Amino acid sequence: MYRQTDIISDSRISPQEGDLVINVGPQHPATHGVLHLVITLNGETIKKVEPHLGYIHRSIEKMCESLTYRQFIYVTSRMDYLSAHINNHACALCVEKGLQVEVPARAQVIRVLMDELTRIASHELWWGAMAMDLGAFTPFFHAFRERETINDIMEETCGARLTMNYMVPGGVMQDLHPDFQKRVKEFIQLYKRKIHEYDELVTDNIIFQNRMKSVGYLSPEDAISYGCTGPTARGSSVSSDIRKLYPYEIYDKLEFDEVLETGGDSFARYMIRIREMHESIRIIEQLIDNIPEGDFQAKTKAVLKLPKGEFYTRVETARGELGVYIVSEGGTTPYRIKFRSPGFSNLSVLDHIARGSKIGDLVAMMGTLDLVIPDIDR
Amino acid sequence: MFIVKYIKDIFGAVKSLSIGMKRTLYYFTHHKEIITQQYPDNKDTLVLPERFKGEVVMPHNENNEHRCTGCQACELACPNGTIKVIFKNDLTPEGKKKKAIDKLVYHLELCTMCNLCIEACPSDAIKMAQTFEHSVYDRSQLTKVLNNPGSKIMEGVE
Repeated sequence: MYRQTDIISDSRISPQEGDLVINVGPQHPATHGVLHLVITLNGETIKKVEPHLGYIHRSIEKMCESLTYRQFIYVTSRMDYLSAHINNHACALCVEKGLQVEVPARAQVIRVLMDELTRIASHELWWGAMAMDLGAFTPFFHAFRERETINDIMEETCGARLTMNYMVPGGVMQDLHPDFQKRVKEFIQLYKRKIHEYDELVTDNIIFQNRMKSVGYLSPEDAISYGCTGPTARGSSVSSDIRKLYPYEIYDKLEFDEVLETGGDSFARYMIRIREMHESIRIIEQLIDNIPEGDFQAKTKAVLKLPKGEFYTRVETARGELGVYIVSEGGTTPYRIKFRSPGFSNLSVLDHIARGSKIGDLVAMMGTLDLVIPDIDR
Repeated sequence: MFIVKYIKDIFGAVKSLSIGMKRTLYYFTHHKEIITQQYPDNKDTLVLPERFKGEVVMPHNENNEHRCTGCQACELACPNGTIKVIFKNDLTPEGKKKKAIDKLVYHLELCTMCNLCIEACPSDAIKMAQTFEHSVYDRSQLTKVLNNPGSKIMEGVE
């Protein structure tokens, strides 16, 4: 499936006479953050899209080198802030891999529950923002109604709504709130009662479908060449769900399907995320009544020291594969940390899929890639 | 047939639009479904969950005593250098010198509410408060001293 792409030679195309170069961003509502796009246009047709990064670079990887293994987890909430739980989960898993700690069964279930709730919350926000990119303002509020319920559940159990810092090496920080199961069941009921509105308002709308179908086509070969993961790759029928391919925690014992679409266009990527929300609900329904009793945290030493070596773990965030790579020299702080963030490789495909289409469709394509800029810049 | 498809498209668009508008009208007429909270007006009835991480506080009892032994566990656990413990020498009734905390300085402007200091504290001296309106006019007002002036360590806390 691998195909040689000419990424490097393409970037050397310089604007010719008669071309129009416009800058979108860094402060632009459609870029969902401080992303700067330099777009070369021929009339209304896009010749080249060049993303300029670095406006929100906080050197998180370097910062982590001066923090201990307990402390560095909180910083990763600030990378992909919409799936903060899953980022923390990846770091906790990597530290546990080095420490060889067995996580209690209860903690594993709590982690998976929180991950899936976060995934739904992230996709809800994406759905609202995506519809807003296309000019529909109402869906944003419909999406926030359900998302707010998840945020309230998070606030009750973890103490924060967005940057929770709930995962610690060896388990989770606090036990579940007594009301947790009741609140989650209420949320599932609300979700099932309201989900038909999503289709009525947006998915079945003819204007929306015409703007999404056969726009921004990404072939499976290119999705692999550019290193796309998550819904972006699965929209091009590339199997890339880490939960299925490299199961972590209890995902191998759960019943859920990897969502795949064959279209490869913006609409396929849209449908992937809508269907992924249903799968997450399915996972939560399996677990919510079967939370095992026991410890929520394994006993670990007060000062964590990883043995000398290299450790790599990966998880499936709402946007794709997040890898955490730790090089340890045996001390209390990591020697080097590298995050393989899903947003960066998903953004790199934007130039490829946008080339040749109209400028009006660019925002729709960016919306379906589900970019979170702090995740790209770190 | 181009013209048939064209007319079909128009009718399809009108139909899908009216389905969406029906949903909008439903919420226009059903006021009970509105979930907006009028924030500054509902301040009296607003209840935050007890785990909500607003700011770090040190509870004192009625005799102006706290539970902090000055072990510096919170200072070491903090990723940002938010907490600073300053010591003084107290005199015990027997006339011996004893180390005790003078000030527990807390920089709210650096705090990320990660809860690591609360987890690290062995004597439950600090906890998270549910306040969230931290706006002040000057940055220096965000640097707080957590222990009350003249406070002592509680009896029996080691």
